[in-house]
Amino acid sequence: MVNSTTLVKGLRKLSQSQLAIPLFALFLVIVFNVFRDISFFSISVKTNNFGNTVLSGNLISILNGASELAILAIGMTLVTSATKGQDISVGAAAAIAGSVFVKVLRANEITMPVILLALLTACIVAILFALFNGMLVARFDIQPMIASLIVFTAGRPIAYWINGGATPNVDSPLLSYIGSFIPGIPIPSPILIVIAFGILITLALRFTNLGLYIQSVGINERAARLNGINPVLMKLLVFMILGVCVTIAGSINVCRIGLINHETILIDIEMDAILAVAIGGNALSGGKFKLAGSVIGAYIIQALTITLYAMKVSSTAVKAYKAIVIIVIVVLGSPVVQKWVLQIRDRLFKKSMKLVEYK
Amino acid sequence: MESVRKQTGKPKEPISSTTLLLTITISTFIAMYLLAMIVWGGGFLNPQQFLDIFNNNAYLIVISCGVTLVMITAGIDISVGGTVALITMACVVFMEDYSGSVAASIILALGIGLAMGIVQGFLVAYLKIQPFIVTLAGMFFTKGMTTIVSKAPRTATNEVFLAMKNFRIELPFGTYGKTGNFIPARIEPGVIIALAIVFIVWVVLKWSRFGRNVYAVGGNSESALMLGINVKRTKFFAYVLSGIFAGIGGYVYLMHTGAGNAANAYQAEIQAIASSIIGGTLLTGGVGSVIGTLFGVMSLKTINNIVIASGLREPYWQSITTGLMLCFFILLQSVILTLRKKKRQGFTTADV
Repeated sequence: MVNSTTLVKGLRKLSQSQLAIPLFALFLVIVFNVFRDISFFSISVKTNNFGNTVLSGNLISILNGASELAILAIGMTLVTSATKGQDISVGAAAAIAGSVFVKVLRANEITMPVILLALLTACIVAILFALFNGMLVARFDIQPMIASLIVFTAGRPIAYWINGGATPNVDSPLLSYIGSFIPGIPIPSPILIVIAFGILITLALRFTNLGLYIQSVGINERAARLNGINPVLMKLLVFMILGVCVTIAGSINVCRIGLINHETILIDIEMDAILAVAIGGNALSGGKFKLAGSVIGAYIIQALTITLYAMKVSSTAVKAYKAIVIIVIVVLGSPVVQKWVLQIRDRLFKKSMKLVEYK
Repeated sequence: MESVRKQTGKPKEPISSTTLLLTITISTFIAMYLLAMIVWGGGFLNPQQFLDIFNNNAYLIVISCGVTLVMITAGIDISVGGTVALITMACVVFMEDYSGSVAASIILALGIGLAMGIVQGFLVAYLKIQPFIVTLAGMFFTKGMTTIVSKAPRTATNEVFLAMKNFRIELPFGTYGKTGNFIPARIEPGVIIALAIVFIVWVVLKWSRFGRNVYAVGGNSESALMLGINVKRTKFFAYVLSGIFAGIGGYVYLMHTGAGNAANAYQAEIQAIASSIIGGTLLTGGVGSVIGTLFGVMSLKTINNIVIASGLREPYWQSITTGLMLCFFILLQSVILTLRKKKRQGFTTADV
């Protein structure tokens, strides 16, 4: 009896936690795959074309493929929290950042310092575009989604213009270290980058007041201002962080593919990033956030896609199935449905109590 | 201030935000078009080119009406573009492979739109799921379903449909060709449908109980609830109407192009939202009008014509100017609304 009550208490605590929805969704995807085909989880060691011993398998490709999305989801979570809205221009901004990255790389011989210089340049450009969005949001009180509609519309054409309409390729072993594998390390580099970036952001939020300030601006801007927090500055700051995320995501994608195509690079990723934030149990109306939730959300989306590919669903039709799963997840997570479930459970529970009393 | 007005016996109604933003949009459009007529002349003086804005974008006007309606309730609907693509594909495949009649295909189009509207409306209004996520899933679903129905583009060959598609309404004015023959200006039947829908929605929003409820719910849903307005039902019907308009818009699109294609109406949802914004609808809800949206669509397309006329033929210039125009309107609206808010606050403090 005691055990069961502590279990119930633990479950209740978990169900009230923000991470309940993403963990439950991840659990569903895993259970589905266990019953469908257990070999989905197998990981093998292979030797790739460059002679590196590397890990391969569905799990690795999920973790690897979701890298850009996970990084963007981190930035999007912070923007959502502070501004109560979402930036839909991340895909277009990533195209711009990637184009600048490639332009600097092609102007020089590719060495490590040049790559860093290219990253820095791309970062500055991306931050400038993010600051443009940020100014509209923070200074002019425009809804983030509307403000970022401008860069969303004009972003990819600007990327087109940066490289003169071409889709130039860049080829260097140094870039493949970023995009695929570093010799001697069997884990794909994008995964390592996500881990490093995640740790950095978590430390920054934990050991400074940044996280607290961002959340307080999102929860009640007026109260935050009365407490000496500058809401305009915090909003600009989250957009700048998003700019950095956009640069990293864009650069990883360029390194992975080896060329920049302004039309197709990270297309529709803004929708997936917002979805990751929502599946991660974060309210799209701002306020409290959990970065871990959003990152798990990103992996859920990728796991779903890879599962559907493994089931031989064509790449264009994947969206339809994804939509159904998303709706199921958000319906289960909806407060109204949860209330209904609780009511039904209470009714059943009371009935069983009565039965016990009768006996 | 108020008391002074009462004493002079001249009650001066302060102009509402909706009317103010509408006036700005319409005057900007007229100024833009007049400027284009003076500077570039040529095509802009040709009535057919003006009417072609309607001919090519009748579907956009129809779906924008639905999007505006939803945006006034402080929601958003980004599934409309996908619904249009799905309807064009489903109707063509239905007429070609299942030898369906034209009437049945119209019912199919309306049915798909209605179903999308009901499901999305239920999820948003009654289960209180964020509208962005619901309609995003709707967009994914419709776009995915389009390719499941058929991956390759399909063209309609149904004779009745083709007769309907090629039907043109000739207007009593037009231009004279090089040989002096009279070429009447032509519009497609879709344009009549689009304008009729704009008119109906405008009347409904302005004078019906439902329309006033839409504004009340979008302005402040809590006070609307306290006034006894059924907030959930109002939101639900806004999404249902948006779905039905997407259904009509899909069929209008099909009547314009006559083909089903997964790439149809690409990014139409973004254009619809942009048109609504230019037309003075605020994403925060409670403010907006479909007449503004109509002028929003026209402004959006006229600026494209101007860009082409001014010699910037590369397609990316159109997107960049669209972005700049959005930027202009968004900033203008923001500044005006902030000024008004400050002015009003100034009045109230003076009264006290």
